[in-house]
This record gives sequence, C-alpha cells and structure tokens, in this order.
Amino acid sequence: MIVIRGGSVLTPDGIVVADVVVDGEEVIAVDEAPAQPRQSPSAQVLDASGCWVGPGLVDLHTHLREPGQEWKEDIASGSRAAAAGGFTAVVAMPNTVPAIDEGHRARFVAERGAKVGLCDVVPAGALSLGREGEHLARFDELIEAGVRLFTDDGDTLVDAGLLRRAMEYLADRDCVIAQHAEDPGLAGGGHMHEGSVSSRLGMRGLPALAEETVVARDLALVELTGATYHVQHVSTAGTVELIRRAKAAGLPVTAEVAPHHLVFDHHEVESMDPNFKMYPPLRTPDDVAELRRALLDGTIDAVATDHAPHADHEQEVTFEEAPRGVIGLETAAAATITATGIDQQRFFEALSISPARIARLEEHGRPVAPGSPANLVVVDPTATWTPRRFHSRSQNSPFLGRQLTGKVRATLLRGRLTHQETA
Amino acid sequence: MRHLLTIEGMSREELEDFLDLADEFLEVLDRPIPKVPTLRGATVATMFFEPSTRTRLSFERAARALSADVLTFAPATSSVTKGESLKDTALTLRAMGADLMVVRHSATGAAHRVAQWVDVPVVNAGDGAHQHPTQAILDSLTLRRHFGKLDGLHVGIVGDIRHSRVARSGLQAFSTLGARVTLIAPPTLLPLDMTGWPVEVAHDFDDVLADLDVVYLLRIQQERGGATGFTSLPEYVRRFGLDDARFARLRPEAVVMHPGPMNRGVEISPHVADSSRTLILDQVRNGVAARMAVLFRLLASPGEGT
Repeated sequence: MIVIRGGSVLTPDGIVVADVVVDGEEVIAVDEAPAQPRQSPSAQVLDASGCWVGPGLVDLHTHLREPGQEWKEDIASGSRAAAAGGFTAVVAMPNTVPAIDEGHRARFVAERGAKVGLCDVVPAGALSLGREGEHLARFDELIEAGVRLFTDDGDTLVDAGLLRRAMEYLADRDCVIAQHAEDPGLAGGGHMHEGSVSSRLGMRGLPALAEETVVARDLALVELTGATYHVQHVSTAGTVELIRRAKAAGLPVTAEVAPHHLVFDHHEVESMDPNFKMYPPLRTPDDVAELRRALLDGTIDAVATDHAPHADHEQEVTFEEAPRGVIGLETAAAATITATGIDQQRFFEALSISPARIARLEEHGRPVAPGSPANLVVVDPTATWTPRRFHSRSQNSPFLGRQLTGKVRATLLRGRLTHQETA
Repeated sequence: MRHLLTIEGMSREELEDFLDLADEFLEVLDRPIPKVPTLRGATVATMFFEPSTRTRLSFERAARALSADVLTFAPATSSVTKGESLKDTALTLRAMGADLMVVRHSATGAAHRVAQWVDVPVVNAGDGAHQHPTQAILDSLTLRRHFGKLDGLHVGIVGDIRHSRVARSGLQAFSTLGARVTLIAPPTLLPLDMTGWPVEVAHDFDDVLADLDVVYLLRIQQERGGATGFTSLPEYVRRFGLDDARFARLRPEAVVMHPGPMNRGVEISPHVADSSRTLILDQVRNGVAARMAVLFRLLASPGEGT
C-alpha cells in the first residue's frame, strides 16, 4: 500500500487536497482532509504537500531509437528517462531502423517496453512502407498489434493522393493520422527558421510556410475524408490559426506542441550549439508567445516532447551538419510550467488527459478516483532545479544548465514506483 | 581579443587597431628580407575543410613572415573522409602543438565550434555564407590606403549577397568605419530579412552606378545555390555584370574591388579586370599584412588594442 499524503489531487470532481491511497494496481481511496491519517504498518507514505498529484504523464511523441540506433537510446534507457520525467506511457515513433511498418515490428516494441516495465511503450505505426512515401504500410497488421496512431514522423507524407487513401482507410478503423508538416520544396534544405537570424548567420532557412502549407492542405483532406488528424509539433502562429479555424469548423483535429518551442526562439541558434537544432526549428518570439497562448486556451491540445536522442559524438560537428532533434522527456513538465505558468488543471489536460485520449489509451490520463488505475505522478510545481545530466542515453538537451521551475517527485505505474526523488 | 570569429559587434577602435598594425606590417613586406622574428616558435595551423588555395596561402605567408611555423591540414588526404569529427580534428592539431587555428569551412559557425573545444585562439577564415573577418579587414585596409579614410565613401556591393560571407562581414566593417553601403542585387540574391542592417538596397545596378566610390563585385556562389537567383548566366551579366559600358559611367575616381577568384566575362569584363582602377591585386597584397596583424594581435599581444 502506498499513501500519497496531502497533495493537491486532480479528481473527476475537481482539485482537492487529499491523501491518495494506492493498493495493488489501483487507487482505492481519495481521502479529503482525513480526520485520522490512514495508518497501516506496511504502507509506504509519500509526502506530497505542496505538490500536484494527477494521472501519469503521456507523451505522444517519443523517439526510443530501438530497433536500429541503440547507441542513441533504447527502450530501457528511454523508459527510465520517461519515468523520471513523470510519464507512465509514451507513444514510440516508428522511424526506427527498420521502420515500424509491419505488425511484428510493432509487437516487438510493445513487448520490449512491457519487459522493461517502467512505462507503457505504445508503438505508433508508419503511414508508408519503409516511410518512403510510396505505398501504405501494413495497416491491418499494425492495428491488430495495437497501433492506433500512424505517422511518417521525421518526414512528411508529401503525396496528397496517398495521404487521402490513408485517411479514408484509417477513418474507418478509429485511428489517428499524425503529420510532421514540412513541405520539402519550401523547406529547401534549411537548417533553422527562415528569418532575421538565418539571414544574418547566412544559414539556409526553413520558412514557416513549409509547415503551414502542408497543414492547410491536410485539413482540406480531413474535410473530405472525415479522418481524425493530429498536427505534430506545431511551431508557428500561422499553424495555430489554421487549427483554431479547423476546430471552429468542427473538424476532428488535434495538435501538440513541443516544450522547446514553448521556451526558446531562433536567437538561440546564434550560439551555434546543435542542442538548438530541431525540425521544425525554433521560430520567432511572436510564434513562441502564440504557442503558449494556444496551449493555455486549448487550441493546442497537448504538450509532446519529440524526445530525439543523439549521441555526443554525433553533435561534435557544425550546427548545419548536426542531426535533427533534442531530448525532452525529463524536462517536459518543468519546461511547460516554466514557460507558461500553467495551472494544475490545464497541466494535466495537456500532458496526460488529452494525449491519452488522442492515442486511445484507456488506462492512462484518468483523473484520480477510487478504482482508477494507479498510473500517477507527483509534481512539485514550485521547486527549481538546473538540469545537468539525464537518465536518457543521450544528453542533447537545450535545457542543460538552464534553471527550470517544476520537478517530478514520483511516478507510479500500476501502483509501482518507477521514479522517486526526495524533496 | 581571444579569437577572431566575426566582425559583428566589433568597435571602430578594434578595427582600426588591425588596420594600423597591418600598415606597419606592409612596411615589413617591402623590405629586402620581408620577415620579422615576432612569432618565432609559435605554430599556426590552417584547417581548410573547404578548398581555398588563395586564402590558405595568404595565411601561411603571413605566418611565415612573422617567423611562425605552419601546420597545414589538407582535407582531401585527411581523416575527414574517414569520418573524423570536427572536434577530433581540432583536438588532434592542438595536440600536435598548434598555438592558433585558422578555420575555413562550408558550414556556418565552424570556427565558433572549434573555439568552444580548444584552448588556443581561433581565426575564422570563412564559415559558410556567414563571415570572413580577415577579408573585411584587408578590404578596409585597401580602401583606407587608397582613399585615406572610409568615412563618407559610398560602397556598392554587387551580386550574390545572399550566399556571401564576404558581403556580410564586409558591410559591417565598412559601415562601422563610416562608409555608406548599398547592396545591389535582385531580390533572389539578397538575404530574406535584412531588418536593422546598416545598408541601403538597390535592385537596379544602373540606378546607383554613377553615385558609387567603390564597386565591390562578388562571384556567383554556385556551390551554395547562387545560380538559382537568375534564369540564365547571360541575364546576370546583362543586369549585374560590370561591363565596359557601365565602367565608363563610373565616377572618375571610383575604384573596383573583388575578393577573388574572379569570373572574367561574368561579374567583371576582362577590360575592367585589367584596368588600373581595380584594386584587386592590392587586396591580395594587403591580405598578407592584414593577416599578419591578426596573428600578431591574437598570439603576441592579446591584451592590447581591445
């Protein structure tokens, strides 16, 4: 038995200060202002005073690199990072080597995740075979293996005809199409946001329109097919506006933002540090402000890490030559709190409830109540800390050495502590 | 000053310090034995990841004129083709005894990265389309020696500005030293966002031609996509080449500069290239002295002048 004592608990009826009692794999009680604190000789007590208690975090966008690139990360090291970051479920992106485009490959990822046992590893499937954008992946086998979210992430599914067919197929199977929106022609081999900083640095730029034109086109296909569509790592104010309008029109559209896009803008690239290189790139301060607003007002549904590990030696090159992406699992909660000053209700919506709903994960993202699965996280929203070293196998984080507010104190997966830190 | 990575943010005093030193070194280069013992025992490594014979030779000539030893890193025959990282290459040359590293690379920020890894001064000899600070210093030196000062000069930089590190570092140096700078190019060859740049912009060469004191011509950077800025080479020559007709319309005291290598018949006509009003060979000569000034300032007296 574990008693999480005195935290601010997100329940189906709102936020209350309570003790959460966990027994076995479930929450058995949420005791508000208990006259007599529950005593049991075998109970482990976690002091959560001043902390937020809620459903374990869910990441819609994690690159675990296994199979194929285990020198960057594997399912075990990535699961440790996830648990330390407060996550109880992560959706593993399918751009592994080989890509997750057949049922048995998805099963391998899920089984490895279950064996490690630190968080639920939910495989996403590729949209196209080999992520080559030419033929549809083996949707039926992938769905059979438990896949509900399909994406060619890392690349864009450019062919509108193929995307239309994918949408028509998957709309009928209660699945989500997630798009990494980047028109290759407009992207033009850019290394950073196209704007004042790229012009000064003489670096080839990637314009905001490379993202926005793809999203605009895809939304027209959503209108045609009725498919459920999710925009990955929204990075521009223009994309936010497209999503706002699509939602107002009642289209089945959701969106995520990456924590680094909430915190940093394109001026960071002046350091030439590859830890600020990611796709989509860091945009302008105006874009950052709009992303924060859109996350808080719900236009953007979820925070998703786009955790993308790369080994130190791969980063020891110029910015232009460095690989794309940065890690994020262990800093996502803190970065979101630091950047937006988000309240507890919206925090759990954005990092747990919405992503669990988007990924169709019934055991995750549920407000804390007797009988709910004990997938829980304890977050201290006011603690400050400075990241120096991560559980992830790779250390390519833009948050290294930056002070953040908000610290994950404990994570429970089905009643078992997967991460614990003393205050 | 510890490294020379960019002209951006450099003060007029810092720039003039380099020019004053370079003037002194030009005298050295005119002596029967054009060599001083100032940097005897020091080793200058040139790391040129992008082929550039003239800039490398200029740095090596400058190092030897100061009696420094030279380590030449030649990528064609090096470990870069065997997958060695930039950091390992830099640390290897440092371990061989390099006291200063001169870095040329096709990517922005290469010299900045090397400066983060080694404990010796780093000189940026050109990084992508970003900066080429010693070119800006030698060009400023050339203009100051010819005109006496840069204050009030109208410098027109013509051509592939978008892909040009020479333009980016040059315009900053010229304007800091008091010149008025106009960038002359079609929109497709200009940087996309020049907010706050100390420049004027002209899309028509003929509009501003007769007002210029200095015509600074650039090469089309084919290797960075410069040729995508127009639809045929004859079109570029017709609109932006300094041909004989345009040359005749220049003010009598106006001069022509080019960082080299030149493409005769494209941005510059053969007649103009050979004219006595071009300062192109002065730029080459002054380049050695400017680089001596940089090596001297960073190795012999890093505390002074900054």
